[in-house]
Amino acid sequence: MSELVLTLLRLSFLVLIWLLVIVAILVLRRDLRAPRDARMVVPARGGAAAAPGKAPKPVKAKPAKAPKTGVRSLVVTEGPLAGTVIPLGASDVTIGRAPDSTLVLDDDYASNNHARISLSGSTWVVTDLGSTNGTWVGRSRITGPTPLTVGEQLKVGRTVLELRK
Amino acid sequence: MAAPTTAPAVPRYRQPDRRWAELGLLVAAFAVGAAAYIQVDLAVLGKVNDGTWGVLAITGALILSAHVAVRLVARYADPLLLPAVVTLNLLGLAMIHRLDLADELRARRAGQPIPTPDVDSQLTWTALGIVLFIAVIVVVRDHRRLQRYTYTAMLAGLVLLLLPLAPVIGAQINGATLWIRIGSLSFQPGELAKILLTIFFAGYLTVKRDSLALVRTKVLGLELPRGRDLGPLLVAWFVSLAVLVFERDLGTSLVFFGLFVTMLYIATQRRSWLVLGAILFLTGAAFAYLAFGHVRLRVDVWLDPFTDEADRGYQIAQSLYGFASGGMFGTGLGQGYPQLVPYAKSDFIFAAFGEELGLIGVAAMLVVFAIVIQRGMRTSIACRDVFGTLLAAGLSIVLALQVFVVIGGVTRLIPLTGLTTPFLSLGGSSLVANWIAVALLMRISDAARRPEPEGVAMEDAPTQAVRL
Repeated sequence: MSELVLTLLRLSFLVLIWLLVIVAILVLRRDLRAPRDARMVVPARGGAAAAPGKAPKPVKAKPAKAPKTGVRSLVVTEGPLAGTVIPLGASDVTIGRAPDSTLVLDDDYASNNHARISLSGSTWVVTDLGSTNGTWVGRSRITGPTPLTVGEQLKVGRTVLELRK
Repeated sequence: MAAPTTAPAVPRYRQPDRRWAELGLLVAAFAVGAAAYIQVDLAVLGKVNDGTWGVLAITGALILSAHVAVRLVARYADPLLLPAVVTLNLLGLAMIHRLDLADELRARRAGQPIPTPDVDSQLTWTALGIVLFIAVIVVVRDHRRLQRYTYTAMLAGLVLLLLPLAPVIGAQINGATLWIRIGSLSFQPGELAKILLTIFFAGYLTVKRDSLALVRTKVLGLELPRGRDLGPLLVAWFVSLAVLVFERDLGTSLVFFGLFVTMLYIATQRRSWLVLGAILFLTGAAFAYLAFGHVRLRVDVWLDPFTDEADRGYQIAQSLYGFASGGMFGTGLGQGYPQLVPYAKSDFIFAAFGEELGLIGVAAMLVVFAIVIQRGMRTSIACRDVFGTLLAAGLSIVLALQVFVVIGGVTRLIPLTGLTTPFLSLGGSSLVANWIAVALLMRISDAARRPEPEGVAMEDAPTQAVRL
């Protein structure tokens, strides 16, 4: 083996190993990007059924009468689930990655049980359930139950939601 | 309980499984490994060795079967994990082969019998590792089932950890009692113990994390956990000290304690565990330094390897010379003198790479390690259940700590502690254990990325409780 060939081999090996690394990083980058398509529409579960095991016979819950708040739905405006609409009744809406949440987020920046939106009197109130990255209303991170008005931006992980009339 | 909440027919987004990306990367990884192996032959012998094609055929077949197994039983698993560890394993094989050739040359010159090449045994262990990788992803279909064996894993892990101390089978090699020896086979059970104990920690913390996170007492303005919650941390600390004292294994003891503290932190998200862990670590380190000669030796050599370069500082000094002569671009595979560093095939294999591939090559290898660890952490974040989250985080932390401790040691960033470099070093136990760890990560990432089957999410989810 001549000196020249060996030098070329040596340098081309370094190029080769870095090419592998760069391709791997490109795959990794593509993998990090969240798909933009809306995944699914989460139907409202609130008020439609009874808790399992609690009532011996399923309580045929009357379609929960929404108090007159003027608020009819919770809409996801940004994030992996953008476009999802959840009709609001009188019952709480839990948001998180856990499969038993009302709105199951596919958002790695959200916690399993992230936040709850509940009706208090005639206003909707959002409570953080001890999430890691916090729940934000407008531009501030909430520290306790915070009233939410129509059109205000509620941020959970990378997902933005708002109440609609 | 079929109160039919009618879900409208939903257009589903199909999660790409990325198996073709994996295959492409595997081909590239194999190309890198084969290029390294052939280049070693060309530089040392001037021609491709007879055995080389056989080695490449075997590794190629093994990699392909691992890929097929992933396609069949873990379709949505992470596409980067397998190619990254294959790259490292193949580079390790190539370097061991290169050092074998150096040993052969030396023996020939001295007129001694030619030693059996170590690459053969490493290849056998690689094959066993990949077979076990396939076995784990085939047998463990749902990682959550491992949670049932939380305490079994603890018991088995502790037994394995302490097994080398047993009279007949335990063996002391180079001052550390890490091996068990049955006949001519020796094995380091501590490597498998790491995985079992990670399973135990994950299972234990899944159950206990709330009480560990929430119940606090205030001492001197610092929020501290209750005394009884401190128990497990203290037990972990004592066990790692016991490993250090009786088996004289600094590295395992460090990884073991670091793993437990980091997992506590991840499970509870309380920084006070890190503070407590650091305090306990410093106490233990100070105690070890004062009480044990071999620990003091390591620290002294770390601080000043060159005054006693011919004797106590020899290893680390040779390793540094290796990195230095490699420089930026390296001497090229097969063209340096990595065999001058003692234990170049096992503990100091990274120094051999530093000499022959240079900073540029070694940096690429570090990025590959970083990719493995990042994918593990990513899997942990994406996983929906607590047990899987903790298990994936724990497995990646073991790997990260080990890479840091070994490479930090050979580059004289921290005192040297004898540990194997994951996937690179000669040593069957470590290789097999790391392949099993990667198989578990693949299994968890498959669960994390797998789209939920139609309808199941609705049926399984507990229906919303009626507001009272």
